[in-house]
Amino acid sequence: MESLVEKIKSGYMWDFPGGVFPPERKKMSLRDPIQQLPLPSRFYVTVKQHIGEKAKISVAVGDKVLKGQALTQVQGPMQLPVHAPTSGIVESITDHPIPHPSGLNDQTIIITADGNDEWCLKQPTINYLTLSKVEIVDKLKALGVAGLGGAAFPTYVKHSNSQPVEVLIINGVECEPYITSDDALMQAYAAEIVSGIEIFTHLLKPEVVVIAIENNKPKAIQAMEQACAGKTQFIVRAIPTKYPAGGEKQLIQVVTGKEVPSGGIPADIRVVTQNIGTAYAAYKAIVHGEPLIERVVTLTGEQFKKPGNRWVRIGTPVEFLLKQGEYQQSKTPRIIMGGPMMGFTLHNAQTPIGKISNCILAPSETELPPATNEQACIRCGFCADACPASLLPQQLYWHSKAKEYEKAQSYKLFDCIECGACAYVCPSEIPLVQYYRVAKSNIRLQQAEHEKAEKAKERFNARNERLEREKQERLEKHKQAAEARKAAMSQDPSAQDKVAAALARAKAKKQTDAPSPETKANPKQSAAAAIARAKAKKAKAQAQAQAETNISQNEPNVENTKLDANTQNLEPTEKTNDAPANSAADKAKAAIARAKAKKAAKMKQDEQASIASSKHDRQQEKQQETSHLTNNQDDKEARIKAAIAKAKAKRKQLGEDK
Amino acid sequence: MSFRVASSPHGHIQRKTSNVMLAVALACLPGIATQVWYFGFGVLIQLVLAISAAMLAEAICIRQRERNALLTLKDNSALLTGLLLGLSLPPLAPWWIAIIGSVFAIVLVKQVYGGLGQNLFNPAMAGYVVLLVSFPLSMTLWLPPLQLVEYQLTFTDTIMLIFTGYSETGYSLAQLRVDLDGFTMATPLDTVKTALTNQQTYSEILTGKVFSDGYGIAWFPVNLAYLVGGLWLVQQKIISWRIPTAFLVTLFTLSFITHIISPDGSASAMLHVFSGASMFGAFFILTDPVSASTTAKGKIIFGILAAVLVYLIRNWGGYPDAVAFAVLLANMCVPLIDYYTKPRTYGHVSG
Repeated sequence: MESLVEKIKSGYMWDFPGGVFPPERKKMSLRDPIQQLPLPSRFYVTVKQHIGEKAKISVAVGDKVLKGQALTQVQGPMQLPVHAPTSGIVESITDHPIPHPSGLNDQTIIITADGNDEWCLKQPTINYLTLSKVEIVDKLKALGVAGLGGAAFPTYVKHSNSQPVEVLIINGVECEPYITSDDALMQAYAAEIVSGIEIFTHLLKPEVVVIAIENNKPKAIQAMEQACAGKTQFIVRAIPTKYPAGGEKQLIQVVTGKEVPSGGIPADIRVVTQNIGTAYAAYKAIVHGEPLIERVVTLTGEQFKKPGNRWVRIGTPVEFLLKQGEYQQSKTPRIIMGGPMMGFTLHNAQTPIGKISNCILAPSETELPPATNEQACIRCGFCADACPASLLPQQLYWHSKAKEYEKAQSYKLFDCIECGACAYVCPSEIPLVQYYRVAKSNIRLQQAEHEKAEKAKERFNARNERLEREKQERLEKHKQAAEARKAAMSQDPSAQDKVAAALARAKAKKQTDAPSPETKANPKQSAAAAIARAKAKKAKAQAQAQAETNISQNEPNVENTKLDANTQNLEPTEKTNDAPANSAADKAKAAIARAKAKKAAKMKQDEQASIASSKHDRQQEKQQETSHLTNNQDDKEARIKAAIAKAKAKRKQLGEDK
Repeated sequence: MSFRVASSPHGHIQRKTSNVMLAVALACLPGIATQVWYFGFGVLIQLVLAISAAMLAEAICIRQRERNALLTLKDNSALLTGLLLGLSLPPLAPWWIAIIGSVFAIVLVKQVYGGLGQNLFNPAMAGYVVLLVSFPLSMTLWLPPLQLVEYQLTFTDTIMLIFTGYSETGYSLAQLRVDLDGFTMATPLDTVKTALTNQQTYSEILTGKVFSDGYGIAWFPVNLAYLVGGLWLVQQKIISWRIPTAFLVTLFTLSFITHIISPDGSASAMLHVFSGASMFGAFFILTDPVSASTTAKGKIIFGILAAVLVYLIRNWGGYPDAVAFAVLLANMCVPLIDYYTKPRTYGHVSG
């Protein structure tokens, strides 16, 4: 049987089910070669631009930075640094709109350009073959190279893997309509891209490299074929134009006929994919020592008078690009970052370009008419025919809309890649993808809450067990002590004598003191009481301090703390601390914890106000909480006093016992 | 600058639900024309009655549900339901037949279930079945093709027959159906069924006037016309090829086998496929997206199931044609079929 690699080399191609053919409209932005832009005066560098963790900021406000200087430092796995796009001063580090579908603000380093555009010290490597694999991977990491295809997956992670790779797929498909940034890049920088790919092959040692390009880009195909001439391991493959052929999973299916297992990664089937732009960025990083601070962005749509591809520094605000492309504002302006199928609308023109921002699309009302009226689903099944993942979008829609999340998951909701093909063909104009997104995030939230509740339950049970155990231990200890005393008494006659003597002494004393027994007893008693009071006060103060530190440590686990606090409150009779005075302190601690928990819960509530169900729950909680608290405040003092009194009494009793 | 915020995808195919419904209605035109040609203006009058009743019923329901009636009517779904029901009615049936059928279809079969997209049963066929069961006499009085009728009906005759029950000259519908020799003429399938029950052989039956062209005058061309319209819908990808193909192939195969085993005791496969509501059912009724199966495999099973039911009822049941009953029975199985025919999703081993 022919091996997979042989089959691929012989020119065999597979197909993926479904897919749609939206109007391409790519010519609009391909009239001119890629243009350089003047520098904007201010850059907004989003700190986290990739999938993974934020890296630590390593500059301070007022610092002078040079072009290419790292602004953040990697300290853990799945982190990636960002770099200064030009030389200038760090003006501020603050929350600013980020290039993300949420439209939220996040940590951003704002740099005022000094206009010199002065490079920091670069470390080029002309012959990277002299570097070890680890050194190259470290360089890719340090220079911030991320997957430019869409998810900004840290490139170094894909190359740190030691699994053998059969096929390396270079994704030059660019299946989204309008976007031509990869196309333009391939036409102009084919040789550099191939050098970048060679770095990947050096790291991965694949058996074959397939550069996949949709057959609607003949110039790019030609350029890449020329650049690959003589390299037998490299295949430039023109694949049929069908959206979403450029989706990673679909492209793997087209090139290899294999499917990435659900929940798995391409490496599981010995495939790695990289984007054309990523290959170029890797070339720049390794050979020239330049970090990823610049990318090609397509400005397109009928509202741009001068559409086309531009070299744009990461951190450039979109507003600057709108000016450069001579954007004509329409009545109801719409700015889309990305393409018409998967891009997201921007809320704010100050949003900067990020590593994954490949296109700014400003469509007119006629070329991409906004959705009008969502009608009822007629189960026509056009969506199922269009779905590249062979899902049943109409079923997912029913269940997502009805919040039947278990059923939605049984229809494989999480295998949806949100390509938008279903919503594109839906005759009832139902925003299907939006329903899936909401369902997915609600399910994730539910899971997180479920885990939290489980954890709280575990803690509660563990605590109960501990209390029970301690109680038993104490009883056991008392029993043993009593037995020991008994045994000692019975064994040691002198002890009995001593007791008898002591009793006799006491009697004698009592007799002598008989005239005024109360005057003698009173000062002693009051002194003991005073000591007990002081002790209780001290313990209380300590407990308070402790509670405070506990709370600050447990900030995210407010619910748990609250739960514990409540439990303590619910079982006042079960106070089992060794020093009885602590029970009072405990109560104070509980009250403080409750107050803190409430405050935190309120803050949290504000944050999650959009989630109606949880809001409702929280309101109930809050009501309970407030009624609880008012009661508490009323009798808090009384109870503390009572507890102190109780503690005194107990202590005295204990003292007498001993 | 404030921007309009929307969810992706931002582009959209320009085929709306209303266009889909309208396309199906347009695809009926060849069938309608042929039916008018063979059965007279009665067909059009029934259509007008059924469609207006359906749309009015829809508008009232939507009003009662406090939605926008105009917007809902624009989706053309009520129009299509009325159209499909109207086409199934005997052309000279009394006027209230069409009205009762349409109102039942829209109010009880569609809106009570929650309106467009929510109904379990095909509204037109459910309306048809209710009429057939409640008013069997009116529903089976199909006037024979005009070419065979002794007395030529004028437009006024048609209207009077529908609204009063008698033609201008005072003939009732039952009288009109009797031919010169005193035989009552019925539809080909009805004729075959009755004759077979009367111990006649199939070859004897075919000598009857109704079969002078081999497959039944009027019904063969009407079926051909629906086939043409249906193929256009398939070509336009408005309906899936799976349901009609599965239905017709199964019906043909089953009747072919039966006819080979008992050539005198059963109708030929061609008669089954090109008679009655076979083509109309295959392309226009079974393919109603709301009440049909939605998975690829499910559509095949659904088509086969409907064909088997049609075959069984036609041969051993009490009705000469059986598309409506078969469709409703198949509709009931749809949730089950869909549940067990989920496609294999990308990256999964099984569906």
